[in-house]
Amino acid sequence: MLEIFSYGDAGWGDEILAGLAITMQLAIATLPVGLLIGFGAAFASMSRYRGLRMIGFGYTTIMRGLPEILTLFVVYNGVGLLLNIVAKWWSPDGGNIEFSPFAAGVTALGMVFGAFAGEVLRGAFNSLDDGQMEAGRAIGMSPRQVFLRIQLPQVWRFALPGLGNLWINMLKDTALVSIIALDDLMRITKVAVGVTKQPFTFYLAACLIYWAMCVLSEIVLARMERRANRGIRRA
Amino acid sequence: MNPLDILIQYWPRLLDGTLMTIKLTLLGAVIAAIISPMFALIRANASPVAQAPLRLYISFMRGTPILGQLFLIYYGSGQFRPFLQEWGLWSFFRDPFNCALLAFALNSTAYQTEILRGGIMGVARGEIEAAKAIGMRPSRVLRRIVFPHAYRIAWPALGNEVILLMKASALASVVTVFDIIGRTRQIFSRSFDFSVYLWAALIYLCITAIFVLLWRLGERKLSRHIGAQSDSRTILNPPEGPKA
Repeated sequence: MLEIFSYGDAGWGDEILAGLAITMQLAIATLPVGLLIGFGAAFASMSRYRGLRMIGFGYTTIMRGLPEILTLFVVYNGVGLLLNIVAKWWSPDGGNIEFSPFAAGVTALGMVFGAFAGEVLRGAFNSLDDGQMEAGRAIGMSPRQVFLRIQLPQVWRFALPGLGNLWINMLKDTALVSIIALDDLMRITKVAVGVTKQPFTFYLAACLIYWAMCVLSEIVLARMERRANRGIRRA
Repeated sequence: MNPLDILIQYWPRLLDGTLMTIKLTLLGAVIAAIISPMFALIRANASPVAQAPLRLYISFMRGTPILGQLFLIYYGSGQFRPFLQEWGLWSFFRDPFNCALLAFALNSTAYQTEILRGGIMGVARGEIEAAKAIGMRPSRVLRRIVFPHAYRIAWPALGNEVILLMKASALASVVTVFDIIGRTRQIFSRSFDFSVYLWAALIYLCITAIFVLLWRLGERKLSRHIGAQSDSRTILNPPEGPKA
């Protein structure tokens, strides 16, 4: 029974590990993209300018209301079309450009992560104590210094639980890229099922691997939260 | 082609897909809503040993992709085909709609159980003691005191869960259920007109918006006795009693 998961030609162990590596690469590549979009969305929705606020609010509201799989299809098909239009305009004789599934996955998952992270970060900025910013300005800190020394370290503390949840959700959402033909854990599993005709065994194995990743993430996140709150006295 | 032409030409299919999405979401949410109160009571009151299987189930459902759960049920059932045929269950698992519904109901049960558990734990202890003191039987305490309060506390989070379930129902298209996404992909593969995706997005946003409005109405109805200040904030932070 277990030899189908063995390493090498006979088993699927090495293929599944390769798929797992793609899944992890995708998640790790998405995180900075998503955080960047999240900060952008948070700053936009807290901006002095009405227009920017509307854009930030609209982006987070719309993206959070759409199924992730729809975002993925729109990015995969839409950006591909757009790239080709631009390429045709640039050089009419050039061939078609392929928008890689990996890039599409990072873009789409990052956009979803960013929309949710924008809300988490906005909430974190709002829960900062105003007196501390005033105190910072009063002792002559520049806005930049106030941001870097007072706001950012504490936003991290407030936002960490929410961002941790988003990370786990995103880890699970990476399974969606298997639909657009990226050889991640889920798609390799599908290939293995096609060959071995043991769908339950393999999908259960894939689910257990995702489960292990999520539980592991939870443990690491709990540690990070403890560390982030080490200077805080609990009421 | 003009985006409006796509809508005029294909609206019956999109409408069909919209109804399928609503059907999947509502059925899944309702089935989960029937099972989860029992589970939530176990989670809130039973001993840790008795809770262990339930905790394992909830952790699995929350720690694995819904796509994986769907594949496990839809494709995975094929591995047990002779057994299922013997029991007469094969015709159930052969239908992708049934499998998708089962996956979504199981998944939503796990989430709704945890949300409702939070609500039950948030009910003020004094109220339960008062009910016992005036001689209510345990079943009546549950019906008249615990669950009305628990649902009021859990209501906004339950609404979020239904919206998440609606978003997740889009995955049913992967196992050939023709919901909004399924129809959209079908139309796209024929017309190669990208605007159909934007129409799909608009439909999802409309469903969400209408649902949020209806849910707020329900919330107002649940808390009408609390009086004029009963906005969502007082529901989320009940003025008395420990927080969930």
